[in-house]
Amino acid sequence: MLQLISLLVENKPGALLRVTGVLSARGYNIESLTVASTLDPELSRMSIVVDVDPSQRAQVIKQMNKLINVLQVSDLTEGPAVRRELALIRVRATPQNRAAILKEAEIFGARAVDSSVEGFAIEATGDSEKLDEFIEVMKSYGESEVTRSGLVAVSLEAKKLKLAPPVKKDLDLETKTDGVLK
Amino acid sequence: MSANLMNGARILLECLTREKVDVIFGYPGGVTLPLYDALYDHPLKHVLVRHEQNACFAAEGYARSTGKVGVCLATSGPGATNLVTALVDAMMDSIPVVAITGQVTTKLIGSDAFQEADTFGITRSCTKHNFLVKKLAELPQTIHEAFHIASTGRPGPVLVDIPKDVFQATTHYTPVSHIHLPGYKVYTEGHAGQIRRAAQLIWESSRPIVYAGGGIIAAGASEDLRELVERVDAPAVCTLMGLGGMPSGHPNFISMPGMHGSYASNMAMTETDLIIALGVRFDDRVTGRLAAFAPHAKVIHVDIDPAEIGKNRTADVPIVGDCQKVLEKLNQELRDSADQKERNEAARAGWRARVRDWMHEHPLEPEFSSDEIKPQHLMSEIDRISGGEAIVCADVGQHQMWAAQFIRFNHPRLWLNSGGLGAMGFGFPAAIGAQMANPDKLVFAIVGDGGFQMSIPELATVANQNLPVKIIVMNNGYLGMIRQWQELFYNNRLSAAELISFPDPEKLAGAYGFKGRTVEKPQHLRAALEAAVAEPGPYLLNVRVSPFENVYPMVPAGGAINEMVLAPPQPVEA
Ligand SMILES: Cc1ncc(C[n+]2csc(CCOP(=O)(O)OP(=O)(O)O)c2C)c(N)n1
Ligand SMILES: [Mg+2]
Repeated sequence: MLQLISLLVENKPGALLRVTGVLSARGYNIESLTVASTLDPELSRMSIVVDVDPSQRAQVIKQMNKLINVLQVSDLTEGPAVRRELALIRVRATPQNRAAILKEAEIFGARAVDSSVEGFAIEATGDSEKLDEFIEVMKSYGESEVTRSGLVAVSLEAKKLKLAPPVKKDLDLETKTDGVLK
Repeated sequence: MSANLMNGARILLECLTREKVDVIFGYPGGVTLPLYDALYDHPLKHVLVRHEQNACFAAEGYARSTGKVGVCLATSGPGATNLVTALVDAMMDSIPVVAITGQVTTKLIGSDAFQEADTFGITRSCTKHNFLVKKLAELPQTIHEAFHIASTGRPGPVLVDIPKDVFQATTHYTPVSHIHLPGYKVYTEGHAGQIRRAAQLIWESSRPIVYAGGGIIAAGASEDLRELVERVDAPAVCTLMGLGGMPSGHPNFISMPGMHGSYASNMAMTETDLIIALGVRFDDRVTGRLAAFAPHAKVIHVDIDPAEIGKNRTADVPIVGDCQKVLEKLNQELRDSADQKERNEAARAGWRARVRDWMHEHPLEPEFSSDEIKPQHLMSEIDRISGGEAIVCADVGQHQMWAAQFIRFNHPRLWLNSGGLGAMGFGFPAAIGAQMANPDKLVFAIVGDGGFQMSIPELATVANQNLPVKIIVMNNGYLGMIRQWQELFYNNRLSAAELISFPDPEKLAGAYGFKGRTVEKPQHLRAALEAAVAEPGPYLLNVRVSPFENVYPMVPAGGAINEMVLAPPQPVEA
């Protein structure tokens, strides 16, 4: 099954590598992954779609939680969340079908973001099934090329961010520093 | 110039001192030269090993025998890559180690510079966490974070990669008092409601068994484990990683479960109706075929790592927490509900009798012969000398299994072996680390003739440090465990299993300036071992044992654990 997880991650070097590394080492296939910084520039939000056996869902979340740079993990596969994907489609158009393509885009709530004699670049957002459909329709008009963002999601529930408090290290602060170096 | 203006190398040593590190195991190289220069007149003890892999194994030996963080040090590129096997080993067995590696100068990172390797990338998956320190200002914080991560929660190895220019840069050093890792959450206490449910399940059970592992040792929960076992009066098994978690001589202890576990353990683990799993991970070497494992049992699973709970076997009562803290509360709960003990006590008495019968039916008993030394005979002689008190570091193979079966341990942190990874070459360097940490203890390195030859360079280290490690080579002339599998599962087609040209131990040890000898006759074994132990320095004892002995009981790979092969097929008359 496809599982959608949303991670809040410290913006530290290697954080992305750690997330993808654990997923691949444990044999979970990454279907899509997006990362961008949040309102707090020190943090990033990752939305990841993994293909897992349903019995492994909890395990995926637990493994993500073990990562030290990961602050919060949510499973947004179902439940109250908005899930959206962006597709950019370049479709070749002829003088005869240009109007029809634009009409079709309008029906899907998509819009042309570039236009040339060759055709259009169209931007569409929606859930993945809707985009699949729209892309199918565009392909029927002519040669198309598609770039999809993968799912991004935002939970509709405020989930309290639980963070570990600072720890006082029981260090012997009296230890003499006898070193004077150049 | 202010008194605390120091370079990065010096600051690192300062941080290590504050972490109460008393010894580091390492090997120098180009980019760590500034650090070695700082070590030159620093009181911190550095042990020069002869291969970086052994620096990390020695750090593990130190950590496993003390519970403190072991520290190793290697240079960039080849030094760092040489650590990898031992880091994975520490990861698999949850051993707290901090590995420090040098890296090429920050400006050169990414340029394929001389001795550059992507240590951060390479060690990502073999550490609990790793760091690349790009600025000197981050160094103290990072070092203390590394120690904190390595030693808390589920312990493990942490690597800190430090570029040469960071060692060389200078700054005003201010000690760190707090660290903050907001995403690092450790739950130690255990859920009170679940602990109460666990106590309830225990009193309801008729055939309980305690299944204790490395988590008991890591948590220092031996006393609490013992109390639990006695309070419930349940049979108890310790995994390969948990041996010593419960005194081997305890009347409820029925040895190790799994592939080479005792008959009683495997039968009891199959027939039980309640597994009390403590700091274990239901490893495949313990469970055998998972679908056939403990088919009638409910499971209480205590572990500090939530990801272990439910990973291989669903838990009826999952408890995330530190084994010591949880057991302390569980014992309290059992004390408070002691009136319920009687409810099922008759059934449990019957169960204990059944387990005792299994023990008598097929006990783990050493073999003896008058004309050759049987491996089991060797282990029982070492056991006699140790009396449950010596530190025993095993390598990997048949000798490891016989040592686990026949050597007893009165305390935790005496039995050191590479459990999860099964890395040959572990035993001898681990013994070096253990002996450094425990100078007054008797330390045995029990190694095979194969694994020993992976560690021979470290003979120089024991000679150099005059460490009285007793190296006992169980020499069967074969990669014995390989030979056993080829005999049993590949029609005895022995392929690359024979070890020809073992060095003369007397000459070999002699070349390093200490004593060694071979013993072949059973009647000389005891005296030879006693002489080795009486020697004030290191000793290399090569024990020739019967070459074709197999480890039994044995659960064939993929089999159910109650389907053990108990003994070799009897020869049939021609
Ligand atoms: C580094 C490494 N390589 C290979 C193996 C596979 N292996 C497991 S046991 C074994 C044989 C060990 O032989 P020896 O050291 O003589 O011990 P014995 O089994 O004879 O007691 C081998 C090759 C391993 N565990 N580790
Ligand atoms: Mg051998």
